Amino acid sequence: MKAFTYSRASSPAEAAAEAAATPNAKFIAGGTNLLDLMKLQIETPAHLIDVNGLGLDSIEPTPEGGLRIGALVRNTDLAADARVRRDYALLSRALLAGASGQLRNKATTAGNLLQRTRCVYFYDPRQPCNKRAPGSGCAAMGGVARQLGLVGVSESCIATHPSDMAVAMMALDAVVETIGADGISRRIALQDFYRLPGETPQIEHDLRPGELIQAVILPPPLGGAQIYRKVRDRASYAFALVTVAAVIQPDGSGRLAAGGIAPRPWRVEAADAALPQGGAEVSAALLDGARPRPDNAFKQPLLARTITAALAQAREMQGKEMMS
Amino acid sequence: MKFDAPATTNPIDRQRFIGQPLDRIEGQLKVTGSAPYAYERHEVVPDQAYGYIIGAGIAKGRIKAMDLDAARAAPGVLGIVTAANAGKLGKGKRNTARLLGGPEIEHYDQAIAIVVAESFEMARAAALLIRPDYEAQPGQFDLAAAQERAVKPESGDPDSGFGDFARDYAQAPVTLDETYTTPDQSHAMMEPHASIAAWKDGAVTIWTSNQMIAWGKADVAETLGLPPEKVRLDSPYVGGGFGGKLFLRADCILAALAAREVGRPVKVALTRPMIFNNTTHRPATRQRIRLGAAPDGRLLAIAHESWSGNLPGGATETAVHQTRLLYAAPGRLTRTRLARLDLPEGNAMRAPGEASGLMALEVAMDEMAERLGMDPVQFRILNDTRVDPENPGRPFSQRHLVECLKRGAQRFGWAQRQAKPGQRREGGAFIGLGVAAGIRNNLLTKSAARVRLTRDCRLIVETDMTDIGTGSYTIIAQTAAEMLGLPMAQVEVRLGDSDSPVSAGSGGQWGANNATAGVYAACVGLRQLIVARLGLNEADAVFADGRVQSGGNRTALAQAARQGELVAEDGIEYGDLAERYQQSTFAAHFAEVSVDAATAEIRVRRMLAVCDAGRILNPKSARSQVIGAMTMGVGAALMEELAVDHQRGYFANHDLAGYEVPVHADIPHQEVVFLDEPDPLSSPMKAKGVGELGLCGAAAAVANAVYNATGVRVRDYPVTLDKLLAAMPA
Ligand SMILES: Cc1cc2nc3c(=O)[nH]c(=O)nc-3n(C[C@H](O)[C@H](O)[C@H](O)COP(=O)(O)OP(=O)(O)OC[C@H]3O[C@@H](n4cnc5c(N)ncnc54)[C@H](O)[C@@H]3O)c2cc1C
Ligand code: SF4
Repeated sequence: MKAFTYSRASSPAEAAAEAAATPNAKFIAGGTNLLDLMKLQIETPAHLIDVNGLGLDSIEPTPEGGLRIGALVRNTDLAADARVRRDYALLSRALLAGASGQLRNKATTAGNLLQRTRCVYFYDPRQPCNKRAPGSGCAAMGGVARQLGLVGVSESCIATHPSDMAVAMMALDAVVETIGADGISRRIALQDFYRLPGETPQIEHDLRPGELIQAVILPPPLGGAQIYRKVRDRASYAFALVTVAAVIQPDGSGRLAAGGIAPRPWRVEAADAALPQGGAEVSAALLDGARPRPDNAFKQPLLARTITAALAQAREMQGKEMMS
Repeated sequence: MKFDAPATTNPIDRQRFIGQPLDRIEGQLKVTGSAPYAYERHEVVPDQAYGYIIGAGIAKGRIKAMDLDAARAAPGVLGIVTAANAGKLGKGKRNTARLLGGPEIEHYDQAIAIVVAESFEMARAAALLIRPDYEAQPGQFDLAAAQERAVKPESGDPDSGFGDFARDYAQAPVTLDETYTTPDQSHAMMEPHASIAAWKDGAVTIWTSNQMIAWGKADVAETLGLPPEKVRLDSPYVGGGFGGKLFLRADCILAALAAREVGRPVKVALTRPMIFNNTTHRPATRQRIRLGAAPDGRLLAIAHESWSGNLPGGATETAVHQTRLLYAAPGRLTRTRLARLDLPEGNAMRAPGEASGLMALEVAMDEMAERLGMDPVQFRILNDTRVDPENPGRPFSQRHLVECLKRGAQRFGWAQRQAKPGQRREGGAFIGLGVAAGIRNNLLTKSAARVRLTRDCRLIVETDMTDIGTGSYTIIAQTAAEMLGLPMAQVEVRLGDSDSPVSAGSGGQWGANNATAGVYAACVGLRQLIVARLGLNEADAVFADGRVQSGGNRTALAQAARQGELVAEDGIEYGDLAERYQQSTFAAHFAEVSVDAATAEIRVRRMLAVCDAGRILNPKSARSQVIGAMTMGVGAALMEELAVDHQRGYFANHDLAGYEVPVHADIPHQEVVFLDEPDPLSSPMKAKGVGELGLCGAAAAVANAVYNATGVRVRDYPVTLDKLLAAMPA
C-alpha cells in the first residue's frame, strides 16, 4: 500500500469538488474492493475521500413509484428491504448470490457497481494487463481465461464485470444519479453507464473526474416473474460463470440481462425481443459477435441452457400464481 | 522401547481416556483467539521488525539487475537481503529449489529478496519499489507435452510387477484401458507460512509454523551452515499444513537471514498470493490404467502407470502406490515416471500418492464394474485380498475393507442406486450415487517423549510432536492420563519445541499412532520410577484414579511426587513387524450428488465414510480429521485446480478467490463410521493413522456419483460443469 492522505467529506457536492480538485483522489465506501487493490498496489490513490458519512444510505420511494437507493446503502440492507423483496425480487436475489454475508454488510450500492474485474492477471502486477497498466498487453490472451468474457470484449481486454447486483439492475433499467464537481446532478441510464474496453480497457464507466454516485433509481415495479440465476462451480462465495437476471411477464415478453460473459452486465434489445421464442434464440442474440476463447467457449451453451431454465422457472412461478 | 512383537494387554486397553470423545484440550484457547500462532508470538522477543518477501516475476532465467536504492531509501527500511549479500547458503535435504533464488531463477515467485522495515506496510511499500530486470529463458510447463520425455526416477520404486501382466491382460475377456488426469493442487491451509527469527550468541531461535520440527531444524542448520545445536524451532500451534509445512520454507530461512542482517528479530509471513507459487503443491498426474477381468468379475490383470513432473531433483507423485495393494489379480504392473517441469516445486500434500492415484483407480473400477454388469460394491468385494498381492507370503496385519463396504452400502441406502445412469431425477436435477474404496498405509517411525511428574502431582509431557489442528495435544494427554491414572486436568502437554525429544512429527497420517506410542513408552518409564520410589512391585501395579495399587496397597501418586520431581524419557522404536505384515488403513466412501439438468452444476448432497483404522484414540478428533479430508475430496473432485499458464509458467489463480475449495454450502451432510478394531501389530496403542484416509477415495466416490447421475464420464479432474454440458442428457 502506498502512503495516502484521507479526508471525510461533509456533503456530496463537497466530496465531488474535493475529488476533482485533488490529484489522484478516490472515494472510499465499504472498501471491500478498493483496499484489496491498494494493498497489491493495483490501485494507488494519493488521497481517499470517505463518503460513508454523507447520509446517502436510505432507500426512498420516488414520485414515479420507483425506488431511489442511496449510493451508500449496504448490499445486506438493500437485499433485505421489504419493498425490494416484494417489487424487485430479482435484485434481492442477485445481491444474496454475491460475495459473503460479511462482505455484503460492508459493500455499498455504488461500490458494487464500480468494483473491478476478477481477471487473475489484473491481480498480478508483474504480468502485462492493459486494464491495470495501459499498453502493457493482455496476459489473458492465450492464458487462463475460463472466467473471462466473450462478447463486448476487444483485442486489448477480455475481462468481465463481476457484479451480480449490476446484472439485476440492468434488467430493471436502473438509472445512476450522480453529482459532479460543479454541484450539478445528472442521470445516466445503467445501459449507458459502462464503457466497452475497445482500446482503452482502463476506462470502465462514464463518470467524469470527481463525479460521485449519489443514488441508483429503479423505475416503478414491473411485476412479472423475477428470476436471478447464478451459475458457479461451488455453491456459494464464488464469482459467476454466467448469470441471468430476468423479468418475465405472463405473456412471455420481458427483459433479460446476463452476467459473466461481457465487460459489463449484458443486455441486448434483440434478446429481449426474442424472449417469447425461448432460451436458444435469446442466447444467440446476446452472444451475437461472440469471440470465445478455448477455455470459455462453454459459456455459450451454458448461457443458452441457463436462460431456458430461467424461462421455465418463470412459467412455473406464473403457473403457481394462477392456481393460487 | 522396542516394539517388535504384537502388543498384548496393556493399560491403554482400559480405555478410560483413550477412545473417549473428549474435547480438544486447547480448544478454548483457539476459539477465544488466545492460542498464539507463529506470526502472533509478540511476547517471545522484543523489538520485532517486519520482513516482506519479493518473489520472482518469471518462471525461469536470471536476474540481470536488481536496483535496491529506492527501497533502501524508503521510509522505515532497516535492511534488504538478497542472494548477493546473504552469504553462502546450503540447501536443506528436503528442499528441491533454493529458498532464496537469484541470480538464477528456478520457478515463479521463488523468493529473491526480503525487505525489512519497522512496519509491515513500510516493508511492503519498499519491496514493491524493487523492479528486477530479468532475462527469461524458455521452460517446460505442460505435463502433457513433457510426458514423452519423462524418465524413470532414480529413487523410489518406479517399476513393480507380479506374474505376467501382458499375457493376462491380453487374454482377459473384459478389459479397460483409460487415461485419467489430475491437476496441480494447493494445500490452501488457513494459516500462511510464518516465522519470527532472533539471534543470540551465534544461535538462532525461530518461532514458526511447521509440521516436522526435527526435519526443519536439520534443514535450517544445513541451509545456514550452522551446527544443529545452534538452531531452535518452536511451533506449538499450526493453523493447518496438509503437507505444505512439512518442509522448511522461505519464511523461515529469510526471517533468519533478515534478522542477522538487521541485528533485530524479524517476523515474516508469506502473503496469500505468494503461497501458491512460492511454496510446494501436489503435482498434476496423468495416469493410465488397464484392467482385465473374467466375466464373473474376477480381476485377472491390473496395470497402473503414472506420469508427473517436477523441477530437477524433485520427486514423483507416487500415484500407483495403492494399486499394488488394493485388489487381487494375478498379473500386475505399475510404473511411475517423472518429467522435468519448470513449474514451482511439487511435493507432498495430504495423502500424497493415494489421493491422486485413487481418483484414477477407483473410477476405473467403477467403469469396469459397469462393463461387467456388476454392482461396484460387489465388484470390489469380489476382488478383495488378504495378502500383499505382489508378495503373497505377506499378510495384512488387519484388513476390513469388505466390512467397510458392506456396512457402508447398508447404511447409505446403496440399494436405491439405479445401475443405469441418468435415471433418477428430482425436480430440475439428476441424482446419482457413487462408491469408492480407500486405502492408505500405516507408517511406523520412531518417536520419543519426556514425561515428568512434578512435585504438585502434575504430569507434563514434552515432545517435538506438532498439532496441526489434528488433536495431537488431546490424544497425547489422553495417553498420559491413561498410563498414569491421572485426570486429564492434571496433564499438561508441551509440543513443537525442538529442544524436546524428537517425535514422529505430523505427516503421512503417522503422527497420532507413533507420537502416542512414544508417550506410552516414556510413561512406562515413569511408572517404573514411581513404583520404585514407593517400594511397590511393578508387575502388579495398577495406576488408576490418582493412585497406584499393588499387592493390596493403595498409594496416592501425589505421595510419590512430593518427594521430588520424577522424569522419564523414552521413545518407541519398531522392529520388523511392518515388513512381515502389510499395515494399512481402509475406507469405503459413498457420495450422493445432484447435477442440475440445465446448467450441470454439481452439488454434493451427502457423504459417508466407513473407516478401518485400528483403535480410534478419540472419536471426536478422528471424525474431524475424516470429515475434513472428505471435504478436501469434494474439492479435488469438483473444483480444486491450480490453473497453469503454459506460456508464463506459473499457477495463475493464486488466491482463494481463484483457487476454489469447498465452502460450507458445498458440504451439507457427512457421516463417519469407525470400525474401531485395535490392531496389536501397529504399536502398543493398537492405533493407526486416520488423518489422510478420509481423503483416499472420497473424490472418486463423488466422480462416480456424477457419472451415475448423468451418464457422462469425466476422466479429467476436476469434474466441472463445462466438461459435462455437451453430453448432458436431455
Ligand atoms: C472475496 C470476495 C468475493 C466477492 N464475491 C462477489 C460476488 O460473488 N458477486 C459480486 O457481485 N461481488 C462480489 N464481491 C465484490 C463486492 O461486491 C464488492 O467488493 C463491493 O460491492 C464493493 O463495494 P464497496 O462499498 O466495498 O466498494 P469500495 O471498495 O469502497 O469501492 C469500490 C470502487 O467504487 C468507488 N466508489 C465507491 N463509492 C462511490 C461513489 N459513491 N461514487 C463514486 N465512486 C464510488 C471507489 O472509489 C472504488 O473505486 C466480492 C468481493 C470479495 C472481496
Ligand atoms: S483481460 Fe483485461 S484485465 Fe485481464 S489481463 Fe487482459 S487486459 Fe488485463
